[in-house]
Amino acid sequence: MSSTATETGTTFAPAADTLGAVLMPGARPPRPSAWSASVTFGWRAMLKIKHVPDQLFDVTAFPIMMTLMFTYLFGGALAGSTTEYLQFLLPGIMVMSVVQITMYTGVAVKTDIEKGVFDRFRTLPIWRPAPMVGYLLGDLFRYAMASVVILIVGLVLGFRPGGGPVGVLAGMALLVGFSFALSWVWTMFGLLLRSEKSVMGISMLVLFPLTFLSSVFVDPRTMPGWLEAFVNVNPITQLVDAVRALMAGTTATGEIAWVLASGAVFIVVFGTLTMRLYNRK
Amino acid sequence: MRKRSTDLAIETSGLVKTFGDNRAVDGLDLSVPAGTVYGVLGPNGAGKTTAVRMLATLLRPDGGEARVFGHDVVREADTVRGLVSLTGQYASVDEDMTGMENLILLGRLLGHAKPAARDRAAQLLEAFGLTEAADRQVKNYSGGMRRRIDIAASILNTPELLFLDEPTTGLDPRSRSQVWDIVRIVVAHGTTVLLTTQYLDEADRLAGRIAVIDHGRLIAEGTPGELKSSVGAGSVHVRLRDPAQRPEAERVLARELRAQVYLEADPVALTVRVNGEESDRAAAEQAARALSELAASGIVVDDFSLGQPSLDEVFLALTDRPATTEEAAA
Ligand SMILES: Nc1ncnc2c1ncn2[C@@H]1O[C@H](COP(=O)(O)OP(=O)(O)OP(=O)(O)O)[C@@H](O)[C@H]1O
Ligand SMILES: [Mg+2]
Repeated sequence: MSSTATETGTTFAPAADTLGAVLMPGARPPRPSAWSASVTFGWRAMLKIKHVPDQLFDVTAFPIMMTLMFTYLFGGALAGSTTEYLQFLLPGIMVMSVVQITMYTGVAVKTDIEKGVFDRFRTLPIWRPAPMVGYLLGDLFRYAMASVVILIVGLVLGFRPGGGPVGVLAGMALLVGFSFALSWVWTMFGLLLRSEKSVMGISMLVLFPLTFLSSVFVDPRTMPGWLEAFVNVNPITQLVDAVRALMAGTTATGEIAWVLASGAVFIVVFGTLTMRLYNRK
Repeated sequence: MRKRSTDLAIETSGLVKTFGDNRAVDGLDLSVPAGTVYGVLGPNGAGKTTAVRMLATLLRPDGGEARVFGHDVVREADTVRGLVSLTGQYASVDEDMTGMENLILLGRLLGHAKPAARDRAAQLLEAFGLTEAADRQVKNYSGGMRRRIDIAASILNTPELLFLDEPTTGLDPRSRSQVWDIVRIVVAHGTTVLLTTQYLDEADRLAGRIAVIDHGRLIAEGTPGELKSSVGAGSVHVRLRDPAQRPEAERVLARELRAQVYLEADPVALTVRVNGEESDRAAAEQAARALSELAASGIVVDDFSLGQPSLDEVFLALTDRPATTEEAAA
């Protein structure tokens, strides 16, 4: 890991025999399956986390800060005590943090396009969506990591979910699954927009109102009618309610069905648009 | 089995790509014989990268047709991808990853099992003199090493057709000649190479045939010899000690080289474009004779050189105007 490259090239002379040997590899292996290609790209995403660990900051420090901040900021005023409020807030803040992290998917796609590695991937004879699925597989890891970090902070602060480990896991699985589906929106923007900044800008423009104007912080019934109407149709509200119910061990079949359905729609619509742009580009 | 010398590796007819009003590639017809190095020569903005990207299935043509080993680049894109590799003008490896990781990634994506991908990566790093740098992130590589890892990545599965987009732009002379050697070895093993460049001498050294393009159009095509004879074998540059002797020197040079003599802004410098019909050797002989004639006439020559024609001179000869770069045109 030296900072400046010592030029090994000064002594390098391409030799006909060593180079010739690698040019006669025998039969080419068959193409990898769709799954294997996607997993390979997922492996790349993990390697990138290893080489550029600062990106984990967004999935650790930021969620911790959000949890602490909102618990103590609103706890007293909204629910009388912070521990009581935490039971309500924690699933919400988990949804909010993870959903906001999805925007980095678009940024990662855009960065790769600008660097030119993307061109190489696009000239490979592989299942076309594999690079995109690979990003998202890497993201699954980050979503899971953020969820776990928030859960731990919550447990330390006094979060006692009624649904037990099974309920909590189910809630986190639903959240991570929905975030995977939502990420296709950002891969589309990553392919569509001109710069990393605009991808970031659009993502924030969509995600901030969507996450704040939801049932993350307060019960929508306390809101003015027009706002309550919006909050109730916001898919994030459905997701928060579903995750909250799963963690609390109460039933929320309607919300869960709604979340799964909207996730499927995201994948079909934005997945298709993403792949169309990817092939076109 | 890799002998296809009678086939065409690339065949395009009327290929067009427009960006808004800009016709980046404007009706390009190319025929690239298999098993050779084919040079595409042109200044900045000529449309080289755009043409290569269409042939490598990265861009969809707006008009015309292109075939790679007989397969249409749009309708049979997937088949074409199985035959070609591209080393882009800008690094097409992942800079955050190490050289080793980059090659393993590609090996896996090209269908090698994990151990095989690792072996192949190690072999390639060795052959490209990068073993020591294997575990370093590519962003810490020098320009020459970057080019080599990029080319290594492109030949991982020994493609039938390799695109090299300006592979030596920005490299020092040693790294350039390393890339040239690699290209020669790759083509000797049966891979067809299409190489774009801004340097006539590079195309001359490597390519069997050269296409000269400007503003997306083909303006000349042929063997390096044919092109150079249409351009002139090069230029003789002479610097005198005494500016007063320049008129005399001009007469001697015009007589000996039978060509127009240009008087440079520098009052002691003269340039003569050597006659095109002669081969390089003859041009050198003529120049040597002219030099001794100058000495015989008592003219003191401080500096003398015989230069290859530059891309600018090629353009001057082919289009009667200098190569317009993108910036100059805008
Ligand atoms: N994606 C794009 N969008 C708009 N214009 C483009 C795009 N790509 C290329 N162009 C334009 O098309 C023309 C040809 O560009 P191209 O990159 O093919 O030239 P080039 O011969 O490769 O030049 P260079 O030697 O600088 O690499 C230029 O005028 C360029 O500005
Ligand atoms: Mg270019």
